[in-house]
Amino acid sequence: MEKGQINNLIQELSAQCPDLGSLQSFAGAGSNVLHGNDILQNRRRKLCASLEEAIQRTGLEDGMTISFHHAFREGDKVINMVMGTLARLGFRNLTLASSSLLNTNAPLIEHIKNGVITKIYTSGLRGKLADAISHGLMDTPVHIHSHGGRVHLLQTGEIKIDVAFLAVSSSDVFGNANGTRGRSPCGSLGYAKVDAGYARQVVLLTDEIVAFPNTPISISQDRVDCVVKIDEVGDVSQISQGAARTTHDPRELLIARSAADVVEFSGYFKQGFSLQTGSGGSSIAATRFLEKKMISNGITARFALGGITSSIVELHEKGLIDVLVDTQSFDSVAAESLGKSVKHLEVSTNEYANPSSKGAFCDQLDVAILSALEIDTGFNVNVITGSNGMIRGASGGHCDVAAAACLTIVVAPLIRCRIPTVVKRVTTLVTPGESIDVLVTDHGIAVNPARPELDARLREAGLQVMTIEELYNRAVSLSGVSEPIQFTDRIVGVIRYRDGSVIDVVRQVKGCLP
Amino acid sequence: MKLRRSMLFLPGSKAAMLSTAFVYKPDCVMFDLEDAVSLREKDSARLMVFHILRTDAYKGIETVVRINPLNTPYGLKDLEAAIRAGADAVRLPKTDCANDIHELDAEVARIEMECGCPIGRTKLLAAIESASGVINAVSIATASKRMIGIALAGFDYVIDMQSQRGDGAKPELFYARCAVLHAARAAGIDAFDVVYSDINDDAGFLKEVELIRHLGFNGKSLIHPRQIELLHNAYAPTEKEVSYSRRVIEAAAKAEKEGVGVIALDGKMIDAPIVSQAQRVLQRAEASGIRR
Amino acid sequence: MRIITEAVAGSLESSDLLVKVSPSRDKTLEIYVTSDVIEQFGTQIRHVVDDTLKRLAVTDGLIVIEDKGALDYAIRARVQTAVLRGAACKELNWEQLS
Repeated sequence: MEKGQINNLIQELSAQCPDLGSLQSFAGAGSNVLHGNDILQNRRRKLCASLEEAIQRTGLEDGMTISFHHAFREGDKVINMVMGTLARLGFRNLTLASSSLLNTNAPLIEHIKNGVITKIYTSGLRGKLADAISHGLMDTPVHIHSHGGRVHLLQTGEIKIDVAFLAVSSSDVFGNANGTRGRSPCGSLGYAKVDAGYARQVVLLTDEIVAFPNTPISISQDRVDCVVKIDEVGDVSQISQGAARTTHDPRELLIARSAADVVEFSGYFKQGFSLQTGSGGSSIAATRFLEKKMISNGITARFALGGITSSIVELHEKGLIDVLVDTQSFDSVAAESLGKSVKHLEVSTNEYANPSSKGAFCDQLDVAILSALEIDTGFNVNVITGSNGMIRGASGGHCDVAAAACLTIVVAPLIRCRIPTVVKRVTTLVTPGESIDVLVTDHGIAVNPARPELDARLREAGLQVMTIEELYNRAVSLSGVSEPIQFTDRIVGVIRYRDGSVIDVVRQVKGCLP
Repeated sequence: MKLRRSMLFLPGSKAAMLSTAFVYKPDCVMFDLEDAVSLREKDSARLMVFHILRTDAYKGIETVVRINPLNTPYGLKDLEAAIRAGADAVRLPKTDCANDIHELDAEVARIEMECGCPIGRTKLLAAIESASGVINAVSIATASKRMIGIALAGFDYVIDMQSQRGDGAKPELFYARCAVLHAARAAGIDAFDVVYSDINDDAGFLKEVELIRHLGFNGKSLIHPRQIELLHNAYAPTEKEVSYSRRVIEAAAKAEKEGVGVIALDGKMIDAPIVSQAQRVLQRAEASGIRR
Repeated sequence: MRIITEAVAGSLESSDLLVKVSPSRDKTLEIYVTSDVIEQFGTQIRHVVDDTLKRLAVTDGLIVIEDKGALDYAIRARVQTAVLRGAACKELNWEQLS
């Protein structure tokens, strides 16, 4: 058809239906495509020769928001590297929205001092960065959100990611990526999947470019703008360090065993139950003790949720847990299992725990075993600040899962190096006491008075149940009463509950960094 | 009737262990001032044990202090520390004959008098670690009214015997175990078996526990907290034993109420030893539940 | 009790403390405490140290303490040990030590 004839068609349409008059007429196959006409060139168009090139292509500007994920945990090589490059390129006034930050991110201190980063959203802060922020490093308070709450903030538009820099273990040239192939498999890309969906521009960084199409597809090509090959995305051996470690400490094992006893007699230990174990030695180890009970009672679990560990995978492989629902793989065994077991599912944090998601797995959860830095006599939990008032932890999925699960057990030693875990009032409130059902310590078990039936069941079973006040008194009798922490009036952190509301703030500690 | 199944060893110089080990709820703890403490640290460990005993951290757990032998420069000072801090019992290592206990008994009485604590309050345990100790087990077990138990210590004993420790079921301790146990029973005191040192070998540990439980030992010295639960569970009675014991006690109560001299159950006569055996079973069930 | 020589007791393991004592040049008593839990328990630690030294009648010397979250009983024991070592004292006066 000639061009003139097509124009006539538009006129005809316009005569009959005036609002169709603005439609454009066809002007050739290549006239309107976004990426030019060279088909072979197009296939490789996302591949950038350098990170600098990718940054330039995204159109990143001062004052914008960038994001990262923390699936490589302490082994992450991307966050510091990208921030270093952005600083070198002279970017300023950026908002950093990383799903979390760890000990390894201490180099960010310099970028904050130099005005490269002026605002932070994160689930957690640890190490030197946390110390510096606790001492007032930033002008704007850090927002601490939960994993589910982060997606909620993206949905409401409070966090608008301009550019997401996402480390992946493998990608093809077109941006189909996963965390299970390649030489540094981190496992689930649960956090990254969300950012890939919400960010205006998505840059993948990988040390392994594989043939197109990469499978499985965790992050899809239709979400990805740039792909950059770098030397190393992360040291996977460091993933299981820190909070995600396996314990041999007899005290943590004692607590883990008691937690398993609580599960057994809670009334929720039934065929087809579901469970989540949080990070921290005791809660990860509780799985080992549950295994025996599952075998001897002939019970299997329908699914396990959350950060998946090798001990959970072991139960899956023994047929004791049917489906693993994995938003973050806590060790190489979990990452490997995600790659090989069809019943090991990779889910985004939206599917995992977002309270405003159309369906979060945590809403189907029976039993959660979580850690705490502090718990007060009202069962309120602090997982963010140490008892010296300094930030040293992560909100993680704590308040998400605690709110949703039928039975939420908090495991913690009563005293850590003289510091009592059970206190009159938590230094920082992260998870409200109404979400916590049972506290298991090495000195005994306390049940939330709101759950008298649970209290009765556990006492009936002969478990060492006492009141939380008794546990508090026990701690004081051993350690003494601690002095209140000296804070300034200045707020350095805002604790956001999973629904986006403010549940507490963190104030600057008095004194200088040592 | 005090249960003494587990006696957890705690090196007297280790602050972290002393500060937390009560959470494992062994029946007894043994604060060690002897082999687990180097010569340089004897003074420090002695004061650590003295002060932890003066707190109520170990309330509800029987406290034992293993002192150095009295013929060393440390033994008497250790003894002073233990008694003055109110330890429930003192464990004497390398006990070879009744005279070792007589000497210890006299010193304990002197110190108790000096520090104004009730005479006879401090109990004694003798650890037997040599061939002569085993031969003299009966006279050792009966050497003092303070004696509450004798413990076999395998490491030195097998060296003395020119033998070596095998796994739990090997016969190198056979005679010593039987001799020590008979001496204890004849004296009416408790008997403790040796430590099992491979803390990662649960199966081997349990095999040894099964053996000594069948022989009749009250319990065992332990070097790692995680062995406590394993041991207590192995010593816990089975469901069947508990229900039978309950019926024995009920039958005994009924007989007493009716003033009948003979206790009968299922048409069989029950005599006194069976009743006290049943009491022991129920006590163990009370302490650690039914065997899992 | 006089501190006549340098002495050390304890360790830097967690829940323990390291106590160093040395003679004072100018007959004063100087006490320095650092601790992992100084914010929460600094006053209590200092109180236990002072009381322990007072009972031992230590009136001069340099006492340096590095605490790793030790409980009071351990602080008493380690301070006493360091002082007894520093004073080359072999006899134990249980009244003073209690």
